[in-house]
Amino acid sequence: MRVGLSWLREHVDLPADISAADLEQALVGLGIEVDAVADLRTSVTGGLVVGRVLTVEELTGFKKPIRFCTVDVGSANGTGEPQEIVCGASNFAPGDLVVVILPGGVLPGGFEIGARKTYGHMSAGMITSARELGLGDDHDGIIVLPADTTANPGDDARPIVGLDDVLVEVEITPDRGYAMSVRGIARELALALGLPFRDPALHPAPGATAEPAYPVDVRDPIGCDRFAARAVRGVDPAAATPAFMARRLTQAGIRTISLPVDITNYLMLELGQPMHAFDLDRLRGPLVVRRATAGEKLTTLDGANRTLDAEDMVICDDSGPISLAAVMGGETSEVHVGTTDVLFEAAHWDPVMVGRTARRHKLFSEAAKRWERGVDPALPLVALERAVTLMTTYGGGTTGDEILDVDAVRPRTPVDMAVDLPTRRVGVVYEPARVVGLLEAVGCTVTVDGERLSAVPPTWRPDLTDPADLVEEVVRLDGYDKVPGRLPLAPAGRGLTDEQRRRRSVARALAETRHVEVLSYPFVGTPALDALGIADDDPRRSLVRLANPLSDEEPYLRTTLLPPLLATLRRNVGRGARDLALYEVGVVFQARSGAGAPPAMGVDERPADSVFAAADAVVPAQPWHVAVVLAGEVEPTGWWAGGRPASWADAVQAARTVLDTAGIPEERVSVRSAAIAPWHPGRCAAIAVDDAVVGWAGELHPAVVRALDLPKRTAAVELDLDALPAAPVTPAPRVSGFPPALIDVALVVGDGVPAADVRQAIVDGAGELLESVRLFDVYASEQLGAGRKSLAYKLTFRAPDRTLTVEEAVAARDAAVAAAADRFGATLRGA
Amino acid sequence: MSYRNDPYDPKQVAYLDPAALDAAVAEADKAFAGAADPDALTQLRHLHLGDKAPVSLARREIGALPPAAKSDAGKRVNEARRQIQDLFDARQAALAAEQEQRVLAEERVDVTLPWDRRPRGARHPLSTLMERIGDLFVGMGYEIAEGPEAELEWTNFDALNIPPDHPARGLMDTFHIAPQGSGLVLRTHTSPVQARAMLTRTPPIYVIASGRVYRTDELDATHTPVFHQVEGLVVDRGITMAHLRGTLDHFARAMFGPDARTRFRPHYFPFTEPSAEFDIWFPEHRDGPQWVEWGGCGMVNPRVLRACGIDPDEFSGFAFGMGIERSLMFRHGISDMRDMVEGDVRFTRAFGMEL
Repeated sequence: MRVGLSWLREHVDLPADISAADLEQALVGLGIEVDAVADLRTSVTGGLVVGRVLTVEELTGFKKPIRFCTVDVGSANGTGEPQEIVCGASNFAPGDLVVVILPGGVLPGGFEIGARKTYGHMSAGMITSARELGLGDDHDGIIVLPADTTANPGDDARPIVGLDDVLVEVEITPDRGYAMSVRGIARELALALGLPFRDPALHPAPGATAEPAYPVDVRDPIGCDRFAARAVRGVDPAAATPAFMARRLTQAGIRTISLPVDITNYLMLELGQPMHAFDLDRLRGPLVVRRATAGEKLTTLDGANRTLDAEDMVICDDSGPISLAAVMGGETSEVHVGTTDVLFEAAHWDPVMVGRTARRHKLFSEAAKRWERGVDPALPLVALERAVTLMTTYGGGTTGDEILDVDAVRPRTPVDMAVDLPTRRVGVVYEPARVVGLLEAVGCTVTVDGERLSAVPPTWRPDLTDPADLVEEVVRLDGYDKVPGRLPLAPAGRGLTDEQRRRRSVARALAETRHVEVLSYPFVGTPALDALGIADDDPRRSLVRLANPLSDEEPYLRTTLLPPLLATLRRNVGRGARDLALYEVGVVFQARSGAGAPPAMGVDERPADSVFAAADAVVPAQPWHVAVVLAGEVEPTGWWAGGRPASWADAVQAARTVLDTAGIPEERVSVRSAAIAPWHPGRCAAIAVDDAVVGWAGELHPAVVRALDLPKRTAAVELDLDALPAAPVTPAPRVSGFPPALIDVALVVGDGVPAADVRQAIVDGAGELLESVRLFDVYASEQLGAGRKSLAYKLTFRAPDRTLTVEEAVAARDAAVAAAADRFGATLRGA
Repeated sequence: MSYRNDPYDPKQVAYLDPAALDAAVAEADKAFAGAADPDALTQLRHLHLGDKAPVSLARREIGALPPAAKSDAGKRVNEARRQIQDLFDARQAALAAEQEQRVLAEERVDVTLPWDRRPRGARHPLSTLMERIGDLFVGMGYEIAEGPEAELEWTNFDALNIPPDHPARGLMDTFHIAPQGSGLVLRTHTSPVQARAMLTRTPPIYVIASGRVYRTDELDATHTPVFHQVEGLVVDRGITMAHLRGTLDHFARAMFGPDARTRFRPHYFPFTEPSAEFDIWFPEHRDGPQWVEWGGCGMVNPRVLRACGIDPDEFSGFAFGMGIERSLMFRHGISDMRDMVEGDVRFTRAFGMEL
């Protein structure tokens, strides 16, 4: 909401010289966010004066109408001679009073005005429009001051056009509907600055008469607990909106429409009471205020044909709904160009209903914004009194004697609170008198009974319902800046959980092994899964779908980290990167089939454990995964030598790094050949812990690489971190100080035999003297014969308690070879 | 061979002649000095210290001397031999040093050659910052609490005193999980972790929670539909707003240095009452020292405590939360949200392993 200080000053005597900073601090200190303070007094510099048009010469021969004018600006130009100005507008005539900026002046936006030759004439200055002065968007013509303007040529034009004001733009939190008005902001400023407040709502207003201003039947007092109306007949349909009102509406960003409508908007800004103006002649029969029936139609003022919901409130006449209550009026009953008889309506609507209606119809009107945040139900009669007075003052006509007021507003429930609650909750000592004083300052009626108090909140504060709300009022008014800082003493903590520590360690280990972490969006579309070649019956197709995705192409949540991660890889490649190793540690989302909706849970007490557990069971499973993607060279080409391209082996290595960091002992990890999308069927390893597969690693399928336009031979890993068993307590190894016996063996096996299996055979066969086994060479040759390969191992034997004899070591070696021979027909090369 | 039994031959005593010994020493010195390298020196050793060397021959002649002369002659021979040995050792050490110098010179490399065979890896700065904040609070005795990203509407809204038609619900542009009425959303803030922490723990509760949250904003320089928050919750007996203030001041100093301080402004959050937004005085801001809006906080609304089964008459609590992206942006002068989102390795690598 944007409002001028001049308006606020009508209700609070702000210091004449209050600075923008002080103003902002006063409002912010009480919780009203200040978006901007604009000092209009300094927005236009130089001479901005009233001018009277003396002569107008139409210049011809140009693409648009151009006028050469002489304007009397008094002695403001220093000479007293008429000012010669070329003007492109034509909405004025000789004799009109206009606003002239003289050479040397600067308009908002730094636009300097000089004397220059244009259209064949010298133009010294400019006749200004409202938009040029930063007063609004109206650029249909220049400003022509009303005939009754008392100013003389040469007078400073600023006070006349409203450039003597300071505009404050504030943002109001959802709990403070009352602050969306001059009344509310002025009240807050008065509180902040300790000044007296003149409440416009205290304006005297007559009460309901026996005879209503118009017959109305309020059938739903829940949706509408107050409905008041008054009529003014015989108004001048051509009556103009007074300049002060138009200016204030414009400053608030509300267009002027017609005098009756402008009055309702003006009072909404001033009091916070949204109103409506009906054309009495266009109403057909008595008004009925009720819920709409589902499917009823209404054309609202914005021209939209709306289908109503059974929850919407409507105002009807014999023709059906004529207004979407509290949100927007209808076309058929609105005041229009020829309206002479006006029915002003001021009601009070259920904020929840209005909020739902506004959201349902996507109609966030100024009125709806206020209703949703809460409007003072005590305002209708005051608002109506002000409306009929303004109407007759500026538009003539006669106010009807009848006043309608259907009032079902329930009295406020007092809030009961311990007097020392603010002290106990805030940590500042507030004496009882201080607490009472502050609550009274916000408008509460307070009674104290011993250690407790009872506060009836003011009608304009529907947000004050709980003791905690009163505590906030006390600390807010006393000053948040007075709250001291103390550290609470937490009980001794337990540090990170094992899972948290594991996720961190894994993320860190991958970064330390030269991978770069990525945090990608989890949104995916099925084409991405298709591109990965993921089959229809794959669990990764159990997708969680968003009801309102940002993009219809990506309406699902990821079941695998790879699609977003590969997209990031591609983005980097597109930006010129070649060698990439990226990783992400994040959750994936797995739909629970047939989960249904969670059971309803209230908020007045804790849900039963079983009920919450049932609700939680509906939540999609969200295990933590880790994924790595690799492209280009893992070790770059350099002055030292050629580089090494990333391969399936680096992917498997990354998986081993993860498992190792997670504390899984090497002997519990197995790597097996696997064929699963999106990997190359001959270059994919299933990674298992205790024989349970926890993920896959390898080179991507060439079709996937093509489909996703990835670098050739891109490799990837994805592991389910939550599937990893807890890290065991590691038994300490016995470290032998005796010398090792080193023996190399080269075994020839069929080329389909997995190296991992041969290794296992060696380990099993060699027995406990074997300390380590390392494969150092793999090769195939004609000599070995087709379908054969040679695996060369370095075996280290060692005993814990003695130096091994050659015979012992050889015997262990032979046993290892025998096991390999037994399982895979392995032969010793050269044997 | 036994020299002792050699017959006496006067001509052989010539080696014992002092002049001859001096000459032998001088000759050895000259020869050793002429050796160009340790190998050449080794070649010379037997000529001057070996069996046939003059000093060795002189020693053999001692036997032929009368007993009275033997002692004197022995000393003379030993002295000459020691001198030659010293000369040899000195020359050998000099040559070894010389050779080492030569090798060192030959082995010289250009150490400014780049050794970037292992390109840098890096943590994402958002992760690092979340962990750093977590560590700070863990050090104060807090636990790190967690909750799902796809979350129950009840924990995301209802339990936090945001009923279905509350305007605040409309302000959080929420991703709903299909079908309509599923009762599930992508969490719009980390606050549902508060509810879960209270449902699964009993007071005293001191927890910190960080993670991803979602709003239906399109990505641009200042918005992202997926971002990160960190959230603190304390529920204990006698907790006051002063405790909240003290905790945030401590947090601010730990993150931004000893001169950092906070400022509270009244605000509205459904789940806290009283509520505040808090700013931090940030002297290192790239546009000069200024207050920077940092997050929201307040005393846990008793309605929230009640919904989570905690008696608001016995316990009170505070909660605070802030955006990780925002904190990172002003701490590091990041001007475009997209840099933190797109995963460009040039951005992430700049932060390395720590912040």
